[in-house]
Amino acid sequence: MARIVLTHSACHRYTDGKAELESDAASIRALVRDLETRFPGLGRQVEESMAVAIDGVMYQDDLTAPIPEGAEVYLLPRIGGG
Amino acid sequence: MAPDGTPALKVVGTRPIRPDGVDKVTGRAQFGADFQLPGQLVGKVLRSPHAHARIRSIDISKAEAVPGVKAVMTAADMPEITSEEAFVGEGPADFKDMSGNTMARDKALYDGHAVAAVAATSAAAADAALAAIVVDYEVLPHVIEVEDAMVEGAPILHDDMFTSGVDPKPTKPSNVAKRMVFQLGDVDAAFEKADIVIERKYKTAPVHQGYIEPHACVAQYAADGQVQIYCSSQGQFMVRAYVAKLLGIDISEIRVTPLEIGGGFGGKTLVYLEPLAVVLSRKSGRPVKMAMTREEVFRGSGPTSGGTVWVKIGAKRDGTIIAGDAVLKFQAGAYAGSPVGPGCMTAFAVYDLQDVRITGYDVVTNRPKVAAYRAPGAPISNFGIESAVDELARELGMDPVELRLKNAAKKGTKAAYGPTFGDIGCVETLEAVKNHPNYQASLGPNQGRGVASGFWFNIGGESSATVNINEDGTAVVATGNPDIGGSRASMAMMAAEVLGIEVERVRPIVADTSSVGYCFLTGGSRVTFATGMAVVEASKSVVNELKARAAKIWDIPVEAVEWQDGEAVPAGSNAGDFEPLSLEDIAAKSGRTGGPIASTSSLNAQGAGPGFGTHVVDVEVDRETGHVKVLRYLATQDAGRAIHPSYVEGQIQGGAVQGIGWALNEEYIYDDKGRLENPGFLDYRIPVASDLPMIDTVVVEVPNPRHPYGARGVGEVPIVPPMAAMANAIQDAIGIRLTELPMSPPKVRKAVDEQAAAEE
Repeated sequence: MARIVLTHSACHRYTDGKAELESDAASIRALVRDLETRFPGLGRQVEESMAVAIDGVMYQDDLTAPIPEGAEVYLLPRIGGG
Repeated sequence: MAPDGTPALKVVGTRPIRPDGVDKVTGRAQFGADFQLPGQLVGKVLRSPHAHARIRSIDISKAEAVPGVKAVMTAADMPEITSEEAFVGEGPADFKDMSGNTMARDKALYDGHAVAAVAATSAAAADAALAAIVVDYEVLPHVIEVEDAMVEGAPILHDDMFTSGVDPKPTKPSNVAKRMVFQLGDVDAAFEKADIVIERKYKTAPVHQGYIEPHACVAQYAADGQVQIYCSSQGQFMVRAYVAKLLGIDISEIRVTPLEIGGGFGGKTLVYLEPLAVVLSRKSGRPVKMAMTREEVFRGSGPTSGGTVWVKIGAKRDGTIIAGDAVLKFQAGAYAGSPVGPGCMTAFAVYDLQDVRITGYDVVTNRPKVAAYRAPGAPISNFGIESAVDELARELGMDPVELRLKNAAKKGTKAAYGPTFGDIGCVETLEAVKNHPNYQASLGPNQGRGVASGFWFNIGGESSATVNINEDGTAVVATGNPDIGGSRASMAMMAAEVLGIEVERVRPIVADTSSVGYCFLTGGSRVTFATGMAVVEASKSVVNELKARAAKIWDIPVEAVEWQDGEAVPAGSNAGDFEPLSLEDIAAKSGRTGGPIASTSSLNAQGAGPGFGTHVVDVEVDRETGHVKVLRYLATQDAGRAIHPSYVEGQIQGGAVQGIGWALNEEYIYDDKGRLENPGFLDYRIPVASDLPMIDTVVVEVPNPRHPYGARGVGEVPIVPPMAAMANAIQDAIGIRLTELPMSPPKVRKAVDEQAAAEE
């Protein structure tokens, strides 16, 4: 089971204000599906416009990244640069 | 072997001569405005003279009749696009907005907004045609400053913009596109425990990236619908994708050839002229060349945001910072999409702070739509936070470096934006400052020293690279990222390192969109990290093939072949007794052992290591003129592993200099009608060499475990700390806290006068 943390207010409207969730998803793809099922719209938002930090490592546009058991996962806005 | 047990590197970390150097110093390099095609026309843009106006009609009939004019276009010649989000540079943008920014459709939203364009056989004919276009404007009230745009009754730019991120959903349109909140812990409770609270509001001005080369392109639309674009940009694949989207053309029909780029810094992660040149070429049947003037660059292309930063920090008497709160209001220009999100996330990132809240507002105003600029958003919030931390240090009587060391983020720290940091070098940059002679230098009257630290995430992303081995054993490395900061050199060096040959035997090229696999644009400090990983992977694959060819030549299993220093050698005495085969030997026989040797790698690099830097500057303030002279400037930064240290140092120096300009002089000045009054380098003052001392650098290396050689991006971080460092130094010099950028001579002089009046 991974701990999913939503620090960004854009996510909270899907979760009725909850900032922490749990998920047994083993990959970002599975997490997207899980979130979309439980909080319609959130999975899509994560897939299309968010970065996922798994145990401190940032992933963008990578649905294949594994989520280890007990991982700390943060859902964050995508990062760009100049 | 290196002291840490890893194999010693022979090329990475050295300083070879840049492969594009001769072309650039001899003038042979072709930049955007240098490129020519036979029969090309001159394309020019008509721009709105109004900050905010409804376009009732545009009459192009007289322009079309001007001798030499071959095509005239307006937004009516482009598809009307519905809203669709895309990721652009610093954050999400909307293709409908991008189309509108390229050519105004119903309203002109800023002075300089493109409203029509022409193509003619000469510049004079094009100018005459622009003068003959009749635009019927209904001038509307405008708004320039971010907080003015947020008040009830402000002129509304977009009737269909309703603030997102607020509950309940608004029923009235607003210039506030978005509100966002990032929160960790219990901020209010943490402030209750604070011994000292610092609270202040700061303001920054929008500033342009100041790239020396204006936007320029040549486009050719052929009779069969094939489109060729030659342009200077931060990403040929970005140009291809955006032109395809904005004009409704299949990607396969467009080939974009990158020309040299004379600076971008984020400002060339968008298209302005390319779609117009394609439309004009389609209408005229001739190639069309377009190049902005400097005035057009200022009026018509995106700067970064200006904004306000309200900061509150709480600390214990021993200097432990325990709470942070900030409200950021960023102007986005005419369309939503300021970098307020990363501004929020980076705000407190250099500190180990568990109770933090940052609220951000993305606000449209009648200015050019902002574009990315190095570490988008971070310098703005950093100016507020690092100024406030300096005030805290003064309140506590603590050395500013010691205060930062006491609170610095380190491995295992939960970042103020959430995730737990892995290997990072924040502490190391502070230690490097502390141990540098500049930090011990004595100061005279009206001289002061300022310190600030900064952070940027860095990114990876999609990249491709092809490594070809030539018949003579030399190599070509082809990648798809324009070389802005020395990527040709670093790509060649990483390939040479893997292949085990001299870097001079590797020729790096930046290929067009039809000649190499997809690469996301050059931005976010991603190329050395991500495209470098693709180069390393392709090179490793080539080495595997070279070993296989040697095995064939020796008639032994490939497992019995090793690659050492550019040669295939038997893995041990059991493998047989063979003379080593060099890359040259194997390449010469490649035709007889299976054909050409080449490999391509395409990947989506993840895990770019975060970057940290600390700057310390000494200034002298002339109390009579308000002039601030930079006496010494030191920038330290964690580069993970500097592939080519000279380029890393150059990136750091460049970022620091741009930050000094942002701190001291740069600003857009508008008249009361919202027209830009200083669209040129004479009146928009960027630093020149004579303004500055040598920018001293210290590159610290805390390797990024996710990169084969430990590299981190380096281009973004160095522009984050300078503004606060400068303000802190001025405070140290004259005892006045300046909270508004730029800290130009008139403002410094005014502050000195007010101080004197208060003391009388």
